[in-house]
Amino acid sequence: MLSKKQARAFFLGGTLVTFLIFIGLTVYSLSAAQDQSNIENLSESAIRGKYLWETNNCMGCHTIMGEGGYYAPELTKVVDRQGEAYIRGVLMSPTPWQRADHGNRKMVAYEMTEDQANDMIEFFKWIGEIDLNGFETVVSPLAEK
Amino acid sequence: MKYKSQKVAYWFFALSMLLLTLQLVYGFIMGFAHAGMDGLHEWIPFNTAKAVHINLLVVWLLSGFMGAAYYIIPEESQIELVSVKLAYVQLITLALVGVAAIVGYHFNYWEGRKFLEIPRPLDYLVVANVLLFMGLILVTLYKGKRKTTTALVLAMGLLFAALLYLPGMLDFNSQVLDSFFRWWVVHLWVEGVWELIMGGILSFLLIKLTGVDREVIEKWLYVIIGLTFLSGILGTGHHYYYIGVNKIWLIVGGIFSALEPLAFLAMTLFALNMYRKGEKKHPNKIALYWTLGSAIVAFIGAGLLGFAHTLPQTNLYTHGTIVTASHAHLSFWGAYAMIVFAIISYSLPNMTGRKYYDSARGRMAFWLANIGMLGMTVSFGVAGVAQVYMERIYKMDFMKVQMEIEVHFIVLIIMATLFATGITLYIIEFIKHGQPTDEALEIDNQ
Repeated sequence: MLSKKQARAFFLGGTLVTFLIFIGLTVYSLSAAQDQSNIENLSESAIRGKYLWETNNCMGCHTIMGEGGYYAPELTKVVDRQGEAYIRGVLMSPTPWQRADHGNRKMVAYEMTEDQANDMIEFFKWIGEIDLNGFETVVSPLAEK
Repeated sequence: MKYKSQKVAYWFFALSMLLLTLQLVYGFIMGFAHAGMDGLHEWIPFNTAKAVHINLLVVWLLSGFMGAAYYIIPEESQIELVSVKLAYVQLITLALVGVAAIVGYHFNYWEGRKFLEIPRPLDYLVVANVLLFMGLILVTLYKGKRKTTTALVLAMGLLFAALLYLPGMLDFNSQVLDSFFRWWVVHLWVEGVWELIMGGILSFLLIKLTGVDREVIEKWLYVIIGLTFLSGILGTGHHYYYIGVNKIWLIVGGIFSALEPLAFLAMTLFALNMYRKGEKKHPNKIALYWTLGSAIVAFIGAGLLGFAHTLPQTNLYTHGTIVTASHAHLSFWGAYAMIVFAIISYSLPNMTGRKYYDSARGRMAFWLANIGMLGMTVSFGVAGVAQVYMERIYKMDFMKVQMEIEVHFIVLIIMATLFATGITLYIIEFIKHGQPTDEALEIDNQ
């Protein structure tokens, strides 16, 4: 029968081994050779776009790479799907964005400047090029083409 | 209650109840918005309601865990808490930081990273607050007359939870890295170290409620938390399938997260077996309901529903849909909310001296809250599966799908009303117990 000492050894040993494997896998998968995000294409404009994405809590409604609020459209491939002009229009709109064919849901009117909207578009473009292990083909109908 | 300083736990529990009430209000706002009734959009847009709803969840659960620690650690260590005054300072600052964050969310002041929305300056205050809390707990444990496994596991869970807050404060230009390390906090909390906290509280409650020998209970506690870490640490990989990192996580995450239900199954079997073995029949039936209920519902919500969409082949379609909300609601409820309710139900009569052990209202609270939450889980689940088929398989437009599934949110609101009624009854029971008193020191139900 298992003793308390053996149970503790199982806990400590199992934890240590899996933790070390986890750290090893983290180092491996984040190494430059394994990059799937085209990090070299991440421009200053896209970084500013990410900052806007965070400071306006866009993730509170939208999802990106499948993560977020599940309330407003998934934006992983939004530039492919809607085009830059549409996105610019939504982000710069002085009134809450709402479409007649989309029920009662509307977006907060962020009234972004054109530069800010362009930064957001650069951020979305960079996200849209990431290799998501197949998810990019499921998340957006246009991505199949 | 054996030590005067345990009374401080009451105020942490009271804060928990207050924040939980607010969380429900924001949950209803979100439910109505999903059902097509977003009348508060101008004042409380969905992203505000969402940030408040999930942050209140985290803060009220943490406040509950802290209250549990302030109650359990002195009793297990057999000494008074080293400083009750500092514990009250910690309580007040925790409440202030929480309120500041939530008010800020209404004025577009946040970090916009799911579950970690608290803006950076307030992050530092959270760290200072948690350092004070850990200091009080660890010094009490260190000075104590005995160091039990239950107390050590609980303290270890709290310490790791505090340490794991730090990766969430790292800044990255890449959304991929940001997401990667965000899961170090969120996943390793809820599918890792919080289970240690849950295990510690569960162990304490089973020792008190069943009378089974401590050595037996604590031995199995080690096995359970061993299984938790064995599966949960590498199970983090299920969040890395589709966020732009190496495919190796599809294999590692798939295998180890498929093992995660084992830890919850072990916890359920452990709790039920200890209850059967126990010769002592503690009169606090309500505490027993919540204790055993927590172990069972955690297995269904976190174990079974987690497994239902954790394999990469399934998750490819369910990732980023309302299916996740279904699993998240029942797992948070079973594993963490119910165990906080259990320790409150156990400790409240001991702190106040009022033995409302088995009231009809208490039982109604248990059943209504659980039936309501199961109904909410099913509503989310049906909406999520419908969303998967329409959006991911038949390639319908996201917003058109959302309009199609609005009806499920009407059912959700009805079920949430049932749930909220249960919670209201529980809070009425809480208030009826009155405030803690030193006279309760004489009442020892062990």
